[in-house]
Amino acid sequence: MGNRPARDRRAGVLPASLAQLHADPWTAPFWEATARHELVCARCVGCGVFRMPPTPFCHACRRQDIEWVECEGRGTVYSYTVIRHAVIDELREYVPYIIALVDLTDAPGVRLVVNLLGVDPDQATIGMAVDIVWDDVREGVTIPRVLPAATG
Amino acid sequence: MSETAIVGVGATPYYRRGRSEPQTVLEMAGKAILAATEDAGLAIEDLDGFAYFMGGLDTALLAQTLGIPEVRFTASLTGGGGGSAGSVGLAAAAVTSGMADVVVSVMSLQQSRQRLGAAFLPTQEGAYPSGPTPELDFLLPSGLLAPGHSFALITQRYIHRYGATREQLGEVALAARANALRRPTALRSEALTLDDYLAAPMVADPLCLFDFCLESDGAVAVITTSLERARATRHRPVRVLASAHGGAGAWGQAIRGLAMPDGIFATSGHGPVAKQLYGAAGVQPDDVDVALLYDHFTSMVLMQLEDYGFCAPGEAGPFVQDGHIRWPDGALPVNTHGGNLSEAYIVGMTHVKEAVEQLRGTAVNQVAGAEVALVTGGPAQIPVSGLLLGRG
Repeated sequence: MGNRPARDRRAGVLPASLAQLHADPWTAPFWEATARHELVCARCVGCGVFRMPPTPFCHACRRQDIEWVECEGRGTVYSYTVIRHAVIDELREYVPYIIALVDLTDAPGVRLVVNLLGVDPDQATIGMAVDIVWDDVREGVTIPRVLPAATG
Repeated sequence: MSETAIVGVGATPYYRRGRSEPQTVLEMAGKAILAATEDAGLAIEDLDGFAYFMGGLDTALLAQTLGIPEVRFTASLTGGGGGSAGSVGLAAAAVTSGMADVVVSVMSLQQSRQRLGAAFLPTQEGAYPSGPTPELDFLLPSGLLAPGHSFALITQRYIHRYGATREQLGEVALAARANALRRPTALRSEALTLDDYLAAPMVADPLCLFDFCLESDGAVAVITTSLERARATRHRPVRVLASAHGGAGAWGQAIRGLAMPDGIFATSGHGPVAKQLYGAAGVQPDDVDVALLYDHFTSMVLMQLEDYGFCAPGEAGPFVQDGHIRWPDGALPVNTHGGNLSEAYIVGMTHVKEAVEQLRGTAVNQVAGAEVALVTGGPAQIPVSGLLLGRG
């Protein structure tokens, strides 16, 4: 789990140096789950509203207690951008890459910021169905990415 | 808000990113402040307050350096560039409350080590709220490093929702450039055509090079005092009609989270601030003669035109394409100084300076008979801010 060497990472993913995590007690369970290839989202036990990234209070009812709900990792693209200019030199050989906002199908209100892989930059669209795939960056650190949903 | 007025504005020259060296940030701040006091006909010893945004400067060092006899107010709005216009409101609040008499709002920017165009990188220096944070963990691994990336995502959704075109975004850039060409202070002095715009490299789809503002160095200072005291200064006072800063909690971190709900996602986030501002000033959009809208990205000018009620949601594209934001003939000249896009990006403070010159009647690209000016700060995370100024 989460222990593959870098050479096994999917083609086109961004450099591992960008995946530095600084989890706090509220976000740590999310990243612990991704390392197990599980997508979990925080949901208020009081009113059932999802809150991601997880925070100490429910923005709807102010309750603190959460439960971690496992999601199946499907969603639709709410918006996207094709990054064609490398803001830092380190990204020069990685452009173009696509950043997508993905609304999860089974966690209403949860929007993930992820790289959309496996699609030509000119073929990305809003509303596109996508599936989560796992990018094991290094031991204990796995970042979710998305691919166009398998059809049929 | 009881009566306050802007009495002085001052600036250093504007420089391309990093080119203001070997001056220091403190040095440029001091030059802008001294120029503003000179403009007002005040002595530096009259200053007793400092009102900032984006973290501000070290007042202790600044006051000691400039020999300010007594500091009676020093505070900064939270957040980023969204507070530029609001920093003048903060100064006015200090004066209105009686805490201070003569308050300067100042931004001094040097982007050699701090580059706002890559503001989310944890290696950034400076006061701007930066990483690493647990929240940015949800952005940075996907290569979302810059405000421009976030605004590209907002713009793409806006285009999807309303059908805005590249030609419409381009008109914002072209209008700003046309205004800048007449100004010796502007960093961009070459003409820009629609063909140039359409042929420019894409940076972050759907935003191309000319949709992004400049990356600049420099300092701008603005001095606010009571209207009564203002009447004894050098220029016709420019009254602070109202100022507002903030925004909806659901807008929140906005470009640093992208979690805004669908109903407000494709906006500038200025809606609540606009409502508060117009209400406090007793002014309607129709009353505004010139709008100095924070233009870090062309598309965000469109969304501000909508949020400030100059046109309905989704209609700003056709609105600009019809020539309405052009100086001098448009119904609402926008960014007559060339804006962040073509004059200089001093985090929105050049917009305040231009509004003051418009209402004094001394602007290079003067809007005839201008009596009310709108200045905005942001779109960004909250606070975003607005300022309505009137001819004194």
